[in-house]
Amino acid sequence: MEASKVIHAIYNDDDVLMSAVKKVKAERYHIEEIYTPFPVHGLDKAMGLAPTRIAIASFIYGCIGLTVAILMMNFIMIEDWPQDIGGKPSFSYLENMPAFVPIMFELTVFFAAHLMVITFYLRSRMWPFKNSENPDPRTTDDHFLMEIAVDGNENELTALLKESGAVEINLVDKAH
Amino acid sequence: MYTFSNKLRTFSFALIILGLLGVGYGFMTSHKSLEEVKTMIAEEASAHGGGHAEATSHEMVAGTSGEQSHGAAVTEEVHHGDEHAEHVQHQIANRPWSALYVAAFFFMMISLGILAFYAIQIASQAGWSPVLFRVMEGMTAYLLPGALIVLGIAVASGTLGHYNLFVWMDPEVVAHDKLIEGKTSWLNLPWFVIRGLIYIAGWSLYRYFSRKFSMAQDTAEDTSNFKKAFRISAAFLVFFIYTESMMSWDWIMSVDPHWFSTLFGWYVFASMFVSGITVLSLIIIYLKSRNYLEFVNENHLHDVAKFMFAFSIFWTYLWFSQFMLIWYSNIPEEVTYFVTRFGDYKLPFLGMVVMNFVFPILMLMNADFKRVPWFVVMTGLVILAGHYVDIFNMIMPATVGDRWFIGIPEISSLLLFAGLFIFIVFTALTKAPLLVKGYPFRKESEHFHY
Repeated sequence: MEASKVIHAIYNDDDVLMSAVKKVKAERYHIEEIYTPFPVHGLDKAMGLAPTRIAIASFIYGCIGLTVAILMMNFIMIEDWPQDIGGKPSFSYLENMPAFVPIMFELTVFFAAHLMVITFYLRSRMWPFKNSENPDPRTTDDHFLMEIAVDGNENELTALLKESGAVEINLVDKAH
Repeated sequence: MYTFSNKLRTFSFALIILGLLGVGYGFMTSHKSLEEVKTMIAEEASAHGGGHAEATSHEMVAGTSGEQSHGAAVTEEVHHGDEHAEHVQHQIANRPWSALYVAAFFFMMISLGILAFYAIQIASQAGWSPVLFRVMEGMTAYLLPGALIVLGIAVASGTLGHYNLFVWMDPEVVAHDKLIEGKTSWLNLPWFVIRGLIYIAGWSLYRYFSRKFSMAQDTAEDTSNFKKAFRISAAFLVFFIYTESMMSWDWIMSVDPHWFSTLFGWYVFASMFVSGITVLSLIIIYLKSRNYLEFVNENHLHDVAKFMFAFSIFWTYLWFSQFMLIWYSNIPEEVTYFVTRFGDYKLPFLGMVVMNFVFPILMLMNADFKRVPWFVVMTGLVILAGHYVDIFNMIMPATVGDRWFIGIPEISSLLLFAGLFIFIVFTALTKAPLLVKGYPFRKESEHFHY
């Protein structure tokens, strides 16, 4: 099948990669994916990816953490086994609130951070025992790989990529 | 080059004149005779009713305590009434002093906070901020006059005035107070003045030389001026964190000479840092609206707003840390500080947490909002008001007690120093080009992109 063929263009510098991405996008080719050894600042914008919504998720997770902390402390310290906190036996959540604030803060951060990481992994389709999708192990070291779908235009595309500074260009059949 | 618009200059003069009139009015009306104070207290008592009833029940308790002591109790009651009226009279006299001092300190600390911020930018070789350096340098021009005014008011209150701010300046009080007596080796007027002058001299020397190197770097061939500025900035930051802490003990914490808190210096620092950065953002937005600073864009504003957001949270962290430890341990000599604040200052004390924490955290959390000028201005004004109230809460409970109000003396003092601040800062801005031409990170800063 023709459509399952892709070109892997390999770069060895992030600045060269960035300008290449802009060039390829300007020629209206579709970039499937880019593999980089480290996050390249501004790459998402250059590729035209939609902005991340992880901040909204993080806010929601934080709110959940805060709620869990409040309910948990209320149950443990006030209802289930009322505690005399700081010599002030008021047995009211509100009056003892200062003592609970550190826990409320920590659980907010804990929930936001952990759930955000888990969300990120799931969204990126990464889970235990998953096989690597990475087409070339060198992209975990010092090379950058741009994957572009080929639609019978491999010659022009190859020329464009060569010009943009790719150090290596491979035509790959993705079918197998 | 920036030219100080006539409109703004007239505005600053108007603020100063209005402020002076109000401050004068505050001082004129603060001298009440003992009789006036007594009638005032009686009127208040009858108006409230509750206080009056309490007083009668007090008398009845005294009356039942036995025949012989009855007469003594009554004279004591009368005597106590006199003492109370004198106390109130003193508090009323303190109010214009405290109002003036709070406002003077508030504007001084904006300048000092920005001086530290500027030093941090140079010492850390930050790449985003050099386009804002000239605005920061303009703001720190207020530091020397501002700090001298604060120290001047403090000294005047203990010499010209009647110990209106610092009770430890009153030898009569010290003689009857074992605790303050033990602290006289630190808390005495000459040493207080010398310390104050050392702090001010150190800050101003750094300000003078860093400005000089910054100006020299504009036309320099090499980066030797930048290197010198880098070195003195690092040294200044060490000097600053010690002197800022001691300054906050001297100029603020010692109004309550019995009370102490070990993180007070940090707490004041957080307040001055966030106020300074907020004013920086306001001035940037103002200058941009007047078509200056064409090289500053929303990316720079975004970073400044991030600092406003982050340091609002930092302030809350310290505010709460100080409160929680004292609340938890509940030691009388410490907890009295918060008892007065929760008792007589409930609205400003809790209101400032809303203004300094809840409001900025909700307003500035979203990245897109940090890039919208009017949004930053709105949040910034609330943060500034909140930090004014913060300083208000530090000084007022010790000097005027429950006789506080944000009225003519307070607002006019604010206007007076706001006018002075605007005049000095914007005059300083006209003295140099608004872009640091020769600074090594200028290019990086101009191209800074979030």
